Amino acid sequence: MTIKPLMKDLVDGPQPLPERPSEHLPGPSDWNFELVERYHTVIRDTATRFGLDTYPNQLEIITAEQMMDAYASVGMPVNYRHWSYGKEFISTEKNYKRGAMGLAYEIVINSNPCISYLMEENTMAMQALVIAHAAYGHNSFFKGNYLFRMWTDASSIIDYLVYAKDYVAKCEEKHGLETVELFLDSCHALMNQGVDRYRRPSKKTLAQELADQKERETYAQQQVNDLWRTLPRRAEKAEEQQEARRFPEEPQENLLYFVEKNAPLLEPWQREIVRIVRKIAQYFYPQRQSQVMNEGWATFWHHRILNTMYDDGYLTDGVMIEWLKSHTNVVYQPKVGDRGYSGLNPYALGFAMYSDIERICRRPTEEDRQWFPDLAGSPWLPALDHAMRNYKDESFIGQYLSPKLMRDLRLFAIVDDDKKSEIEVAAIHDESGYRRVREALSHQYDLGSREPNIQVWNVNLRGDRSLTLRHFQHNDRPLDDSAQQVLKHAARLWGFAVHLESANGKGDVTKRWTVPAPSH
Amino acid sequence: MQQIIDRRLAGKNKSIGNRERFLRRYKGQIKDAVRRAIDGRGIRDLERGEDVHIPKKDVSEPVFHHGSGGQREMVHPGNQEYIAGDKIARPKGGQGGGGSGSGQASDSGEGEDDFVFSLSKEEFMQVFFEDLALPHLIRTQLAETPEWKSHRAGFTNDGTPNNLHVVRSMRGALGRRIALGMDKRRALHALEEELEARQAEPAGTDRDAAIADLLSRIELLRGRISAIPFLDPIDLRFRSRVKVPVPTSKAVMFCVMDVSGSMDESRKELSKRFFILLYLFLTKHYEKIDIVFIRHHTQAQEVNEHDFFHATETGGTVVSSALVLMEEIIRARYPSDQWNIYGAQASDGDNWHHDSGRCRELLEQKILPLCRYFAYVQVAEPEQNLWEEYCRLAETAGPHFAMRKATAADQIYPIFRDLFKKEGAPA
Repeated sequence: MTIKPLMKDLVDGPQPLPERPSEHLPGPSDWNFELVERYHTVIRDTATRFGLDTYPNQLEIITAEQMMDAYASVGMPVNYRHWSYGKEFISTEKNYKRGAMGLAYEIVINSNPCISYLMEENTMAMQALVIAHAAYGHNSFFKGNYLFRMWTDASSIIDYLVYAKDYVAKCEEKHGLETVELFLDSCHALMNQGVDRYRRPSKKTLAQELADQKERETYAQQQVNDLWRTLPRRAEKAEEQQEARRFPEEPQENLLYFVEKNAPLLEPWQREIVRIVRKIAQYFYPQRQSQVMNEGWATFWHHRILNTMYDDGYLTDGVMIEWLKSHTNVVYQPKVGDRGYSGLNPYALGFAMYSDIERICRRPTEEDRQWFPDLAGSPWLPALDHAMRNYKDESFIGQYLSPKLMRDLRLFAIVDDDKKSEIEVAAIHDESGYRRVREALSHQYDLGSREPNIQVWNVNLRGDRSLTLRHFQHNDRPLDDSAQQVLKHAARLWGFAVHLESANGKGDVTKRWTVPAPSH
Repeated sequence: MQQIIDRRLAGKNKSIGNRERFLRRYKGQIKDAVRRAIDGRGIRDLERGEDVHIPKKDVSEPVFHHGSGGQREMVHPGNQEYIAGDKIARPKGGQGGGGSGSGQASDSGEGEDDFVFSLSKEEFMQVFFEDLALPHLIRTQLAETPEWKSHRAGFTNDGTPNNLHVVRSMRGALGRRIALGMDKRRALHALEEELEARQAEPAGTDRDAAIADLLSRIELLRGRISAIPFLDPIDLRFRSRVKVPVPTSKAVMFCVMDVSGSMDESRKELSKRFFILLYLFLTKHYEKIDIVFIRHHTQAQEVNEHDFFHATETGGTVVSSALVLMEEIIRARYPSDQWNIYGAQASDGDNWHHDSGRCRELLEQKILPLCRYFAYVQVAEPEQNLWEEYCRLAETAGPHFAMRKATAADQIYPIFRDLFKKEGAPA
């Protein structure tokens, strides 16, 4: 086999097909292992010609029940036990049995090797679609995109989940199901506030993780004790400084990390569980930030790979029509006001954007040359590769959403201000509105504005040890009243009273919530 | 080389553990649902799953999210009519076209307030019988003809060949052989060394004689060593098994029902529910259960299940006839030292008035001493002389006699739970 080309080097387009096949791949509706293998080989070769760089693939055939199991544990093959996953499973099972929802055709896991689950109920054409979509589309995205490269470690996630599962099980044995369950509930409530947005996590293998865990327990406990030392070292001199000292000195965004390191009353095992939840939240963080890009990329590539295979003479018309029907459903975008409209479809938007980038590269119009002078007319595969690697949803849309696409999708931006009685249309898909619409859509995918920004503000070190959190309002958007419930969980983790202040853009506190210390 | 793995046979039901945790958490609601289900259900489909409704707010997991209000900018596709600057009336409900991420809308059509799921049959039955214990669970155990179970109890020196434990025996034999041969082997060793030393000396009659002597002594010792028996009777070890008496696990349940004219279908239905509950309950505790059906009007007879519930009879009522028959059957077929005897009687309380006193005496003197438990359920409201006599009995009879009244189907299960509740557990 020749050396795999890299997409960024393919300035002349994909590599040519070495030899046309003498006949189509058979296209029966029932699949078998040999046939899946044959399709897979052709898909792989085709993907290689486009320079898709992937982790090794591991395809696994599973049943619908197993698919529901996978759904229930957030798509992961192993996970610790918790009632909320049971709830998820029960509702998935119910909806599926009543026919209210179909199951996804596949689940793909960002691991190395990259595991793709194919459902046994899929037809051969669907298996081909799924392999191209998951095993080459998503897989190359996981391997290439900077968020995933920076924040997740594909080679150790499965090991880590195994460790997490065993650890939680051990805790349950030692401290009782209920204690652990309540504690996990509290961690889950703060899960979205348990990620580092700017710091890179370390890479560790399972063995290291286990070895470190013991050490960490004792060390962390020491640190905490030091912070809460009741006998001041040199009381007479330090007194004044202590009064002025803020803790933490800077507001901290990662609530769970702060709890893990500083909560005074937590047992070592509780700190470890906080850490586990935090790590898993961190693992999923890139996925939440790159849904449009990720799904769009996978959709673009299954579309391109299968079309190329058809042009090369591998696929029969029947297989072609079958997967196209499914593809069409996936990228369907209902209009606002239609029944079933629930916002922009990430598959549709992402697919349209990558297709549009290709168009701008290969067949630019005068408008494109104006808007994308660097992109228009440049080699399309390197351009796509760059777009996939270096952006997240927010910046991807900000960079690549073209006027033509805004017109095609007929995008318009509205402003809903609770101080005014009516909603205003801020901009539409016209010359004066392009930039505004693009900016608004880009913001819409900014996790920072989608989720409330809540930070650790202060700890009353000398008094009642209460913890103060601060919500920084974005455009004066208030917190939902569920905050009170979440605070209860925060208080359980912290062990003392917890306050939450909601501050508007000027820094004035507009609303406060308080939860007293839980009884010990 | 990439490969395809067939996972289909590798465990499904990975979520079972999570599901159990879910059920444990919502036990209270589930119990209520089961109780309601029992009330509304026919007996034949008692052993079936059940849908459980839990208010959605109880199963929600709170997270921080934005509430409505403030200033939001949103982009939607499919513009048909708007141009920049248009004003649109705000849709009712405050949500400006969705997309807030906190979707409350229900897609299930079952109302958005409830989280609904199904209990399996096993889970249903488990909840159903939770906290129930057999009353006075001193199982029948008498010295004369108890049931025996044989237990292992280490090893003994004698026993029958079939219990011979070869490994233990051989280990003992090996130890004995080593111990008995020890000094002989040591002596033999010394002699052999001496012999070697002698043989190294220059030849002479003196030496030859010494060698001959040594050889004969060596020969003698070797003979002695080989005479140590390989296996001796004292080496033998046998598995020891002892017999311990075990409580008998057989139970018989007597269903006694009035089928006189005053017992209509609905009253029979009530009685039947009670009997079925008792039966299901006993199957949880005993391996073998016999049921004896006795129906009576002025006379009692033993019948099969179908006739018991369905054949119609008319006439007056003499309850004591059934109790006499019950006692006869116990004496004849179910000696109380081998059987756990349970009695359940259902009646509308209508009895020939001279007979009620006799019923009390029969129960008190003949039947209750033989029974583990006797429950009387009256399926009609009026308190007639049978009820009064039984009340007198209940005061003196002690805890293994119980009586309750049930006039509607939904009372049967609470009464049942009441009668069989574990001590300390809430009914």
